[in-house]
Amino acid sequence: MLQRIYDWVDERMDITPLWRDIADHEVPEHVNPAHHFSAFIYCFGGLTFFVTVIQILSGMFLTMYYVPDIINAYESVYYLQSEVAFGAIVRAMHHWGASVVIVMMFLHTLRVFFTGAYKKPRELNWVVGVLIFFVMLGLGLTGYLLPWDMKAYFATVVALEIMETVPIIGESLRTLLQGGEIVGAQTLARFFAIHVFFLPGALLGLLAAHFIMIRRQGISGPL
Amino acid sequence: MHRGKGMKFVGDSRVPAEKKPNIPKDYSEFPGKTEAFWPNFLLKEWLVGAVFLIGFLCMATAYPASLEGVADPTDSAYIPLPDWYFLFLYQLLKYQFASGDFELIGNVVIPGIAFGALLIAPWLDNGPERRPSRRPIATAMMMLGTIATIYLTWESVEEHDWEAAEEQGEIITDDDIIEVDQDARGYEIYEEQGCIECHGDQMEGAGAAGPDLYDLPYGAEDIAEIAVEGIGDMPAGLFDGDDEELEVLSEYIEANGQPDDGDDGEEDDDEDDNGDDEEDE
Ligand code: HEC
Repeated sequence: MLQRIYDWVDERMDITPLWRDIADHEVPEHVNPAHHFSAFIYCFGGLTFFVTVIQILSGMFLTMYYVPDIINAYESVYYLQSEVAFGAIVRAMHHWGASVVIVMMFLHTLRVFFTGAYKKPRELNWVVGVLIFFVMLGLGLTGYLLPWDMKAYFATVVALEIMETVPIIGESLRTLLQGGEIVGAQTLARFFAIHVFFLPGALLGLLAAHFIMIRRQGISGPL
Repeated sequence: MHRGKGMKFVGDSRVPAEKKPNIPKDYSEFPGKTEAFWPNFLLKEWLVGAVFLIGFLCMATAYPASLEGVADPTDSAYIPLPDWYFLFLYQLLKYQFASGDFELIGNVVIPGIAFGALLIAPWLDNGPERRPSRRPIATAMMMLGTIATIYLTWESVEEHDWEAAEEQGEIITDDDIIEVDQDARGYEIYEEQGCIECHGDQMEGAGAAGPDLYDLPYGAEDIAEIAVEGIGDMPAGLFDGDDEELEVLSEYIEANGQPDDGDDGEEDDDEDDNGDDEEDE
């Protein structure tokens, strides 16, 4: 049955080359922890992606309860945390996931650096990777404000104050993010939009580029 | 691939009518113990992923994400702290060579160089050597950057006053606030003497500025003493009214802001009752 569905779609779309491309790539011995335990360092990239998927899924569930305005934001998080079934766990996953993703990404960066995997012909993939790092930091910064509690509010005030001290673009940058004279309703709305739409959009694009390049070039050889 | 004349398509589409066989590559031809990603490696990878996921879920269940009180922009005494992965930047800006007049160094020059170099690393270290030991400069730079980041984060954590942070920003729910009698003379003094600024308009406390004043373990006389001489982080000399006002105030606080008679504290005050009041609690 499945085979017939596959054939039906394949006849119309010619998906076999696509499928072979995704499934049929070799995993060389030197990156396979089953053969060399030290190859576990090659897992960090995959784990980063894994946690990113957790972040996207748990984040989607959080938005089912979260209300991005200054009157209800805190209340909705409080409600989610204390009343909703598994709400505290989903929020904890998103909270800790944000930290774990940064740690994994840091380790992945170190692995790529110290194995010299960013050298020709993989320069562009390194650049995309560093951009992903920046996007992740941006996600962390904007997500921190959303619960609208004391630590969120004052951390954001400090972050915006630091940004403002950057010459030339500083003030415009602050206005852009803050959306008004004070850190308030506008800021929360903007951080929400950035956290939930702009940066994830950028992230998905960059991840696609990252993976397509890996598929294209294959993983770097043994040292 | 077949090109040009004679190609057959599916209907009027651009999909070639000729099917390619769906067979895996022969991995025995590859060097070493190369194996196929699908399904061999993915299964093992999923095993690692499952173990990781279980550990992660245990952590998420055991340590819920913290939530402090709702944001109160007027609480100027709150000690802010960014999330931990920004601490290295935050700490950098605290050093003298990177703040004040040299602010530019801390907020643009150093991070700019560090992140800029990271971004264009492939062109800075463009030799063909891949082993870390064969490209000492690049290795040293990366080590330096990593150690500096870890060190700054560490220092920031060391310097932060975690005890004070623990106390501030606690969730104040409505149940915790006792409606105090705002018409009483005691409240008037409480307001006038500025206690209200640090202990809140319902004596519920004001974040890091001062704790709540409910159900204190002190008698009225001790409270009067604290009001004059201060205690812990509360400075001395805050009270500058006369003795009679001090007494009304301290009794008002001792009674959790619910004096028996309401409006007029004066008629009701007998000092000797202080001892009894304590027992009442
Ligand atoms: C500058 C802010 C500030 C002002 C103004 C202030 N307090 Fe305090 N108060 C504090 C702080 C901070 C503490 C906690 C001291 C500690 O335990 O380290 C405190 C503690 C107290 C305590 C002891 C509470 C306890 O649980 O141990 C009493 C009683 C008190 N204050 C009364 C007063 C009265 C009465 C006034 C008005 C004259 C007043 N305070 C004004 C900051 C203030």
